Amino acid sequence: MIGDVLAARSQMAMSLAFHILFAVVGIGMPVLMVIAEVRWRRTGDALHLELAKRWAKGTAILFAVGAVSGTVLSFELGLLWPGFMHFAGAIIGMPFSLEGFAFFTEAIFLGVYLYGWDRIPPRAHIGAGVLVALSGAASAIFVVIANAWMNSPAGFRMVNGRPVDIDPVAAMVTPAAFPETLHMVIAAYAATGFVVAGIHAFLLLRDPGNAFHRRALAVALLVGAPAAIVQPISGDISARYVARWQPAKLAAMEGQFRTERGAPLRLGGIPDVNARETRHAIEIPYGLSLLAFHDPRAEVRGLDAVPRENWPPVAIVHVAFQVMVALGTYMALVSLWAAVTALRKRRVAANRALLAAIAIAGPMGFIAIEAGWTVTEVGRQPWIIYGVLRTADAVTPMPGLVVPFITFTLLYCFLGVIVVWLLYEHVHRSPRIFEIEARAGLVSGTPP
Amino acid sequence: MTGLVSLPALLAAVMLVSLTAYVLSGGADYGGGVWDLLASGPRRDRQRDLIAHAIGPIWEANHVWLILVVVLLFTCFPAAFSTLAVVLHVPLSLMLIGIVLRGSAFTFRTYGGDESAAQRRWGRTFAIASVVTPILLGICIGAVASERPGHAALRIAAAERGASFGALYIAPWLTPFSVAVGVLALALFAFLAATYLTVEAPDDELREDFRRRALATALLVFVAAFGVLLIAHLGAGPPRVAAQLTSRWWALPVHVLTGIAALGAIWALYTRRWRLARVAAALQVTLILWGWALAQYPYLVPPHLSIGAAAAPRRTLVLTLWALAIGAVALLPSLVYLLGVFRGRAGAAGRG
Repeated sequence: MIGDVLAARSQMAMSLAFHILFAVVGIGMPVLMVIAEVRWRRTGDALHLELAKRWAKGTAILFAVGAVSGTVLSFELGLLWPGFMHFAGAIIGMPFSLEGFAFFTEAIFLGVYLYGWDRIPPRAHIGAGVLVALSGAASAIFVVIANAWMNSPAGFRMVNGRPVDIDPVAAMVTPAAFPETLHMVIAAYAATGFVVAGIHAFLLLRDPGNAFHRRALAVALLVGAPAAIVQPISGDISARYVARWQPAKLAAMEGQFRTERGAPLRLGGIPDVNARETRHAIEIPYGLSLLAFHDPRAEVRGLDAVPRENWPPVAIVHVAFQVMVALGTYMALVSLWAAVTALRKRRVAANRALLAAIAIAGPMGFIAIEAGWTVTEVGRQPWIIYGVLRTADAVTPMPGLVVPFITFTLLYCFLGVIVVWLLYEHVHRSPRIFEIEARAGLVSGTPP
Repeated sequence: MTGLVSLPALLAAVMLVSLTAYVLSGGADYGGGVWDLLASGPRRDRQRDLIAHAIGPIWEANHVWLILVVVLLFTCFPAAFSTLAVVLHVPLSLMLIGIVLRGSAFTFRTYGGDESAAQRRWGRTFAIASVVTPILLGICIGAVASERPGHAALRIAAAERGASFGALYIAPWLTPFSVAVGVLALALFAFLAATYLTVEAPDDELREDFRRRALATALLVFVAAFGVLLIAHLGAGPPRVAAQLTSRWWALPVHVLTGIAALGAIWALYTRRWRLARVAAALQVTLILWGWALAQYPYLVPPHLSIGAAAAPRRTLVLTLWALAIGAVALLPSLVYLLGVFRGRAGAAGRG
């Protein structure tokens, strides 16, 4: 049996990891659906209408699961971490309230969009879609602002172990707020764009020339590729924030055990906490100092500058960070390849090597997001509020937490299987090329 | 905020309004699930279609009222939120499972394609979760009123030795009184749903189906409410709330108004005044909720956590009020627009 704190952390991690997949789609998917609808209204191309309707349905399925799993999280904050909520509720309740309103807006206008195709004027319908997209992004920003506060707490003073002089506005504009929200919103667009592009690139490899998939790929790349290309810049902003404000997290990310000037950048490698060194890494001299502080001679604080009991789990954070960076780099490179192809007036859909590269990148955005949140959350340990409140001191006194952990894990596994199956069915019913041609009147008679 | 109402009390009132909105809108969605489960007769499938069309576009928006209640509770009254989350961990977790299964199953049924066996399975899951979840919500509310979670929280905070898991985490909410409140909540939600559906039904046959159901559940509500009061006065229920409901100056007017609303709803249903019935039913449910809130005032978690004692610092409360005001200005027109787009056409629509 695992201990209660570990069970609570596992349940929270599992709930967040599950919810974020749906939350991310709720940010990115409405953008795709609105672009497809605008293209249909402009050109009258029925395939774009088909795309908009299918993406809207996909959004509806995923939004519903996101809504209920988000509800679970709002309760779990207290069910698992009453000590944290008792301490922090008055300080970071504000972004959660604002998130509630953004979510309300999203739910209202998604209802209007889904059920309003024939009931409201075209402009109002597109407007509803735009509001869904904007409020989805706003939701993400507010929730991540709350998380940013946990990483760089501000807006209160500690007196006898309790917060006083609480300033909820100052708690929203912490040093971590901008880097984290920027990185997350861009990640959502990149991940959603690439998962859709990946699916349709894969289907184009099997059904070349299919106009439906070509259009889908074009819209998805329009959203995913620019996001993937600019993401390294926001990653740089985030890394410099971490270097300055959370040195223990940076040291764990990089497997940096010793404080040194001109620290190297380590690619890969396995941190050995007992020997206090990272083995088998490819080291690029001065790389870390250069990236973290934009100065090759800058001093990087290692884990030796942090008391041993305040170290995060180094190996998990280091490996998760490497995974995130590797996948993000691959997505950025594939995006550049696609961008160059498109700028040279060549068809992305005709380049089989590029299609294969995009298909492989399909799941990468989501894996990178999970890895990135692992870095953020595990890298903050042993603190639930960095430097202020320990995770172990915030957990509920109720024993037997392994039971709810297993129960919710089974529930979410079950839902995950169903959603994947539904989406598979959804994609599987994509029109085949002969159906499109038959519809367009190019081929008469029944398909073989 | 001078004089009449304190700032914390004002925010507690906003929370009560949100809870009322959740019960009147989201509660009726659960009630719809109950009638899906109990759909019968020659028009069984049409009843289910009407329910699905009535719930489809709005249940997620309705659901946000619950999230608003939770967020307001942990922002403005963090001590009350953390206390309840500890003692009511088990029923709240069970309620969450119900919420997850209800919402997911409804969506899977709507978008799950044409395979009818799978459709029926999701329909069944949706309907059963719609029955179980309101009972658990009612149990939690009943438990809070009964003061047992408050006492258990004090024992947990004192790290009392030798107290069993059951005594601290099960007994506070698994009582005849709490379960009776759970049944009352289910009856009220089903009653609301049937009454709303008489307005939204596209033809007289369906309207009559739901009129019969509304009248039957109106009687069930009476029985359940009587059961709750009976248990309360037998001494197994909430000492303070029960006393307040009989002794305070506002008690009699609240009882009388609730009774008038209840009888009015039945009369309007009986004489087929559908819209009036809807208003009266909503009023009846609102008065029941507010009666409970008045009786428990000024305590959020009796016997020890009052609104004032659990309140967040003033600055947080003021900012939250501002956020609520701005949010309301932005959202209420949107909500009215959503309801306006779909009002009265539920039966005529195709699935989106």
